[in-house]
Amino acid sequence: MAQEKMNADKMWLTMGPQHPFSHGLWTLRAQVDGEIVTDAEPEVGYLHRGWEKECEQRDYQKIIPMADRLCYSASMTWSHLFCKVAEEALDIEVPERAQYLRVVADEICRIQSHLMWLAAVGTDAGNLTIFLWALREREFMLDLNVRLCGQRLTTNYPRIGGVRNDMPYYFERDCLRGIERFEKALWDIVNLTDDSSIFVGRVKGIGYISREECANLGITGPAMRGCGVDYDVRRDDPYDAYGDMDFYVPVYKDGDAYARFRVRIEEMFQSCSIIKQAMKKLESIPKTAPYRLKVPKAIPEGTHMARIEDPRGESVMYLISDGTDRPYRLKVRSPVFVNVSASKRMVQGVRLADIPTVMAMIDMCLGETDR
Amino acid sequence: MADEQKIESPSYDDIISLIGSKFGDKVKFRQSTKKNVRSINEKRRIFMDADREVILDLAYFLRDKLNFEQASMVTGVDWVDHMQVVYHITNYFNSITVEIVVNIPADDLHVASVAPVWGGANWHERETYELFGIIFDGHPKLERLLTPKSYEFFPFRKSYKLRGSQ
Repeated sequence: MAQEKMNADKMWLTMGPQHPFSHGLWTLRAQVDGEIVTDAEPEVGYLHRGWEKECEQRDYQKIIPMADRLCYSASMTWSHLFCKVAEEALDIEVPERAQYLRVVADEICRIQSHLMWLAAVGTDAGNLTIFLWALREREFMLDLNVRLCGQRLTTNYPRIGGVRNDMPYYFERDCLRGIERFEKALWDIVNLTDDSSIFVGRVKGIGYISREECANLGITGPAMRGCGVDYDVRRDDPYDAYGDMDFYVPVYKDGDAYARFRVRIEEMFQSCSIIKQAMKKLESIPKTAPYRLKVPKAIPEGTHMARIEDPRGESVMYLISDGTDRPYRLKVRSPVFVNVSASKRMVQGVRLADIPTVMAMIDMCLGETDR
Repeated sequence: MADEQKIESPSYDDIISLIGSKFGDKVKFRQSTKKNVRSINEKRRIFMDADREVILDLAYFLRDKLNFEQASMVTGVDWVDHMQVVYHITNYFNSITVEIVVNIPADDLHVASVAPVWGGANWHERETYELFGIIFDGHPKLERLLTPKSYEFFPFRKSYKLRGSQ
């Protein structure tokens, strides 16, 4: 660290690595002038385990469960993304049934990830009821995960060339019931947050970022759409069956923490609608239709890139294959990795007590940040 | 470059012709042979190789003229006899992603930093520096980020063997 003369007006405060606001192991060093944050320096890397290097020693099939563990609450999208990049490398298109099953699984994952975030926001803002209600609803989503994949969190469901298994009996009924129930329950939670002047007062008007700055800093996902960038990989660069889905992308131009909050809430309603559409479509595809292709173990030489809309933003994988059954290089672009690098800019000018609510709108996940 | 008009949503062919006319043979385009990949079929990916000297000019050209607002990713690749830096840059209006591959000789691991152009590239370049030892000239803060500051080696290089590997 550079030697600096002590400045009595401005003080550096270290928040983390163990701190209630951090939701994982990372440090935010904040420079404060009185109560106002004037500068900040995020520090990550406590969980760096060399994920990308580890992958270079493993067969492609063995990377799928590892990709699950990049982020515990978005495991489905990460293993989906890995399978996507491998499919792109093999130049194959997965069967229609698998595409829709993946959409359903992805959206269940998105809902439960957003509910985990909502629970964290609740505790950060000092409202424990939000925490309890959100986590209760999340359990129903995890039950759907168990029905579909046999696991709550690290699902290990997508496969290169399809999905591991077809829907079990009565999954369609359970899923639609669960979604219908959830839509009503979500309104209750929205009433708990949006109608509460205490909650809204804590998130409104803080952590402002302009549209240009947001795009330049590479912030993606709901945090970006809260700043007015109208972009969603699902709609603008569709993968799997998302091109056939009818949904709208919530965008707010306010750019503050409340806008990012609203985007995530509306995304959950949209996810419900997508699941219903995908289920309807699955009805029309015969049950005997294939849900998985047989693929070779080795992937031909080349460079491949795939991107996907994670619950937290745009996640990208870049794969270099050398013709063997192991990747030569696999780079992961974690949305949180870039979003947290922008926290330096995001917390400038807010009060120290507002840092937890500003950072909560990023939805930290350190497993994928440090990789 | 400020006097030039910014094109908000340039088409696939515009991007290729504008970059081709500005940078000539310093930038070479590649065609993908993949048939079943939707994003390539619908012309949302552009692949190019660029010379090391023009990367900063190319970055400013992409941002200021062609409105590529976001640097998705900066990747380092160790090819043992040389290294590579791969950039993925995205335009939010037409969702075209350009992939720029820059080759760097192994005895001179320097390349101009694009972090002043896109703030999103900042941490990606720091990560590439600490894991591959590629030095990004002009980076605002080129320090180790994920690995401990005391490390004196670059763990993602192919010369660094993991336990259990042959």
